[in-house]
Amino acid sequence: MATLDLAELDIRTVNRRLQGRTGDPNESAFEVLHPMGRHTLAAGINRPIDVTIRGHVGYYCAGMNQQARVTVEGNAGVGVAENIMSGEVRVQGYASQSAGATGHGGLVVIEGDASARCGISIKGVDIVVGGSVGAMSGFMAQFGTLVVLGDAGADLGDSIYEARLYVRGKVESLGADCIEKEMRDEHRQQLAELLERAGMDARPEEFRRYGSARQLYNFKVGNIGYY
Amino acid sequence: MDERKVQESATFPPKVIAEIQRAASEGLYYIRGSGAKRKVPNFDDLVFLGASVSRYPLEGYREKCDTDVTIGTRFAKKPIHLKIPITIAGMSFGALGANAKEALGRAATAMGTSTTTGDGGMTEEERVSSQTLVYQYLPSRYGMEPDQLRKADAIEVVVGQGAKPGGGGMLLGLKITRRVARMRSLPRGIDQRSACRHPDWTGPDDLEIKIQELREITDWEKPIYVKVGATRTRYDTMLAVKAGADAIVLDGMQGGTAATQTCFIEDVGIPTLPAVRQAVEALKELGMHRKVQLIVSGGIRTGSDVAKALAMGADAVSIGMGALMALNCNAPIYEEDYHALGTKPGCCHHCHTGRCPVGITTQDPELERRLDPERAAQRLQNYLTTLTLEAQTLARACGKSHVHNLEPEDMVALTMEAAAMARVPLAGTDWIPGT
Repeated sequence: MATLDLAELDIRTVNRRLQGRTGDPNESAFEVLHPMGRHTLAAGINRPIDVTIRGHVGYYCAGMNQQARVTVEGNAGVGVAENIMSGEVRVQGYASQSAGATGHGGLVVIEGDASARCGISIKGVDIVVGGSVGAMSGFMAQFGTLVVLGDAGADLGDSIYEARLYVRGKVESLGADCIEKEMRDEHRQQLAELLERAGMDARPEEFRRYGSARQLYNFKVGNIGYY
Repeated sequence: MDERKVQESATFPPKVIAEIQRAASEGLYYIRGSGAKRKVPNFDDLVFLGASVSRYPLEGYREKCDTDVTIGTRFAKKPIHLKIPITIAGMSFGALGANAKEALGRAATAMGTSTTTGDGGMTEEERVSSQTLVYQYLPSRYGMEPDQLRKADAIEVVVGQGAKPGGGGMLLGLKITRRVARMRSLPRGIDQRSACRHPDWTGPDDLEIKIQELREITDWEKPIYVKVGATRTRYDTMLAVKAGADAIVLDGMQGGTAATQTCFIEDVGIPTLPAVRQAVEALKELGMHRKVQLIVSGGIRTGSDVAKALAMGADAVSIGMGALMALNCNAPIYEEDYHALGTKPGCCHHCHTGRCPVGITTQDPELERRLDPERAAQRLQNYLTTLTLEAQTLARACGKSHVHNLEPEDMVALTMEAAAMARVPLAGTDWIPGT
């Protein structure tokens, strides 16, 4: 495993190495030391490597990730794994706002809590949060899945499209056009697979499913009350 | 009836009455395409002071007047070099059909300038047809993929646009075909709502980090623009510079849209004329004029408009509606189809319906066939050539060997409003209102 120490190297140097622009192209495992909350760490990787970051990271860690497995042994700032396309990003601590925002694919796991707007505008990514999520999570979520083992803050799934939301704990309130939906076998099966992939110990039967009532899909007079 | 006693109300003229009665009938704001139709102070209110005894001109047909511009010189490893200072503004595939996008790309490439993507990401066709392609990074992030970022020649972080500063995009269900829906990860046929704020940043401090992320992902190669609708232009310009932009795209209220509420189009934002001046002043105050390039859009129609924007301090202009009109938007053909939309050539703003009579703002295959991309591209190329020749002609008349050498001192204003907004003297005086 190659070691990259941010106490000695700058972000640019570390990211170029992780992106495979420098160094041995066959290196497949990295550990990053002393991240100290730096922003944009491990952003833009597009190759199947393992990256372990030993400490807390700032904004947009593993942003737009493709193929890589990135683990943060600490907390993550705003927009961790934003627009992830594939691969896996795991935060062992807590995550700030907009975790997994707009992600198209892959898996994001937050073992602790995630703040507001977790899974905002997702387009296919699967997100599993071991703790609770803040307000407006799943806002305008298009496709993909958000699983919350704890509670969800106010206005969950506001203006949601076709994404699926599963929450085990309490939901403070549902956002515009978001409703509780029936949990069928296909949902329990999807959830079981996701929980297993995320390494979370929970039973699908404990969750409730939420999604779009599809009443805001077309502009019409009757929708005014939603706003 | 005695016609002399019949008086129309200034407050409630027939058009206002019609809108009140439409609202009373439908209970919903009116959504349309195009830009502001109201009259606002604009570049027509400025004139150039051609050379005479105190200045001498360049020989129109012999002495060179250059038009090239380089964008992205501040931080990007690969700035883009354009042969003309006129770019094609961001317009999405979805709002426009594939033929229109192809025509824009072909013409821009032939002229050595850039074209720009829009909501929904980059199509393969437009990447192929556009030699220099600017990739818009929008709040919705529809179709936003890192591979496309890397394929682009520059990245434009869209904060707002002149037709609707503070508002998000719209694409009505008629235009959400299978391909558009797939590109945007949305169900087919819905009225698509785009967010007005980016999902993972708010404010200039976050924007700085977002720009850093985009640079890291693209290895600091691409120029990064920040596009704003003209409102609090002085502050927006300064904050975009502070956030690390290579270039600022400033879109005045005359700028067009494919669909938004009329109240937005007509009543939000400021005209291009004062906005350019505010942006240039802000850049000069920071010592960044010509270091951070300024690209101005919103109501640029002629080479005179181009020259005036450059004289005020812009590095380039960007055109959207003018380019579409060169393709045939609002041309007097297929008139019965304009009538079916309740309008006529010259007044059409029905981009939002997807029923574009000339096959530009549509996803309908039959309507799209009305636009031959090769012939349309030739028309746009001719138009861009004309704009360039006009701008050169005016620059030579003012004695300039490059269009960027035009300056505010080359112009005067014909109205007090324009003098105050552009901060050039009222014609025949030394008076600049407000100074």
